[in-house]
Amino acid sequence: MLKKTGIAALAALTLSSGGAFAAGASDWAYTKDYQFSFEGPFGAFDQAQLQRGLQVYTEICASCHGLQYVPLRTLSSDTGPGFTMDEVRAYAEQNYEVFDEELDDWRAATPTDHFPGSNLENAPDLSLMAKGRAGFHGPYGTGINQLVKGMGGAEYIASLLNGYTGETKEEAGTTFYENTAYPGRWIAMAPPLYGEDVDYADGHANTVEEQSKDVAAFLMWSAEPSMMDRKQAGLTGVLFLTVLSVLLYLTNKRIWAPIKKGNKTS
Amino acid sequence: MAGIPHDHYEPKTGGEKWLHSRLPIVGLLYDTIMIPTPKNLNWMWIWGIVLTFCLALQIITGIVLVMHYIPHVDHAFASVEHIMRNVNGGHMIRYLHMNGASLFFFAVYLHIFRSLYYGSYKAPREVTWIVGMLIYLLMMGTAFMGYVLPWGQMSFWGATVITGLFGAIPFIGEPIQTWLLGGPAVDNATLTRFFSLHYLMPFIIAALVAVHIWAFHTTGNNNPTGVEVRRTSKADAQKDTVPFWPYFVIKDLFALALILAVFFAIVGFMPNYLGHPDNYIEANPLATPAHIVPEWYFLPFYAILRAFDDTVWIVQLAGFVTGGIIDAKFFGVLAMFGAIVVMALAPWLDTSMVRSGRYRPMFKWWFWLLVVDFLVLTWVGAMPAEGIYPVIALIGSTYWFAYFLIILPMLGVLEKPLPQPETIEEDFEAHKAKSGGTTTVPSPAPAE
Repeated sequence: MLKKTGIAALAALTLSSGGAFAAGASDWAYTKDYQFSFEGPFGAFDQAQLQRGLQVYTEICASCHGLQYVPLRTLSSDTGPGFTMDEVRAYAEQNYEVFDEELDDWRAATPTDHFPGSNLENAPDLSLMAKGRAGFHGPYGTGINQLVKGMGGAEYIASLLNGYTGETKEEAGTTFYENTAYPGRWIAMAPPLYGEDVDYADGHANTVEEQSKDVAAFLMWSAEPSMMDRKQAGLTGVLFLTVLSVLLYLTNKRIWAPIKKGNKTS
Repeated sequence: MAGIPHDHYEPKTGGEKWLHSRLPIVGLLYDTIMIPTPKNLNWMWIWGIVLTFCLALQIITGIVLVMHYIPHVDHAFASVEHIMRNVNGGHMIRYLHMNGASLFFFAVYLHIFRSLYYGSYKAPREVTWIVGMLIYLLMMGTAFMGYVLPWGQMSFWGATVITGLFGAIPFIGEPIQTWLLGGPAVDNATLTRFFSLHYLMPFIIAALVAVHIWAFHTTGNNNPTGVEVRRTSKADAQKDTVPFWPYFVIKDLFALALILAVFFAIVGFMPNYLGHPDNYIEANPLATPAHIVPEWYFLPFYAILRAFDDTVWIVQLAGFVTGGIIDAKFFGVLAMFGAIVVMALAPWLDTSMVRSGRYRPMFKWWFWLLVVDFLVLTWVGAMPAEGIYPVIALIGSTYWFAYFLIILPMLGVLEKPLPQPETIEEDFEAHKAKSGGTTTVPSPAPAE
């Protein structure tokens, strides 16, 4: 037992002195490998989950954060949340106001507008968060773990929302919250989810974990709305090029056959 | 064009003769595409085609991206998102361009190491090698400036760090840095000039590629034996070579298609794997990322840059001798550029009379160690400069210089090379026998 602890301590020492990507804070950057439907080359977004995630975003996250790069009309995307245009129109009108420079006044948002950005300086925009927070590249900086497990920013977001320990501290008048997923351990964002924060229309469980997974999936879509198209293009490309390779291989073999036989014709 | 005796283009029809006496362009194309090529070229000779394809891919996708991109600090990041979300197929074009750079460097490194192993840089191909090194330098400049354009966090801070290197030059460093940036710090002026140069430089690369091809078409290709094609007569030359078309065009296209299948899998399924997530956060001059790293293809030289800190005796010595003019920072910059300079000087540092590493028993070991060294430097360049990593980087950097400055010159004297084949034909036949080529190839000859 002692020996084991000693080895572990030694390993920890060499590792932490080497420094993981989040130097010196490796204990406080734990990302759980949640399973998402969009992982892997054939994974697809779960439309119902994206719709639930939008609900969590709208009712909870949007009070502080923004999604300034996401056009509202893309909510109707077939490969995304898949709302009808009427639903999108109603959603935009009910939830957001935008400043119209032509009217010189505020008006209800329409599908042609983007989600509003955030007015709060310490609430970063969430449009690309799921791509901007995929930076945990184990083991030894090779990224192989994440590649094999399909881990990315969505796992980080879900881990962060589940990572609050309940401990707080005050520093210079600001309250910080202890979080097992946050690389700096103490995060300024108060726990946004407590369970049963939203009521899902489809009756899906609304525990902290389920809600955070849903919103993480939604934010993955908002960061990479063309993921399905991209995977489709990738698959088509790989299949086409594989067939082309086989044909070229056979052509090559046939062309070279007389040369290899020695009776050169050219 | 080549010194190898072969058939040249003969205009036959009246129209062809008319054009040929005024502009021999068909003849030029014919001689280029029909160049006699050593028939024993192996699969490491395919990277030239891959690289040419990469250049074309980058220029074409780049031209389309420019139609939608806005080079301004307030709009650059948003315009890239516009491309990703609103432009038809924009996400694929951008991902192709982004990962195209990685494929470009992957191919160029294999191309360079192939040259180092088979002694392609040696006389009479020094000019091809030097032009190739210039292309490589321009590629690095182009890639670096291109990485700044999306105006993410790594764009901004990468630009700050790398242009800061020029600031380390004694006396004239700061004016040079200001001149490069167009101001005291990375800002809009930097973005616009990088954009301009990023668009210009690929065309200079294209011109240099033409010179590169011209040069090796003049000397003829090297080949895995390093033995020259017989030029005594056309019949002899024909025993050693086949025309580039169709034999190597088809072979290279097959390799290209296979490589592109893998490339497309990366673009389609994991396009951000080779990039840095911080570049999806808009540039913020007030927030420094915890860990600034360049793109993977710069990492070996980044590792060399950081390896020489002021605890290394040679840095202290340089500082002492020059009265502090060469400090650790400047020494690192010199080492980084020096690492490429010593590689460019390989034709004159390598004293061996034998070209191909295949017949150099001692060289082989040192060469493969250099490959491992390169990979280790790539890895250590991505790690933070603390703990054991600077030591590894220092050992790796030292070996890089030792290989070119000490090992290559000495091996030529110390090493006893193995016997080489007399001719390329001999090698081709021997390989065919070894791989059982005659039995695996289908016997019926093509109908033509």
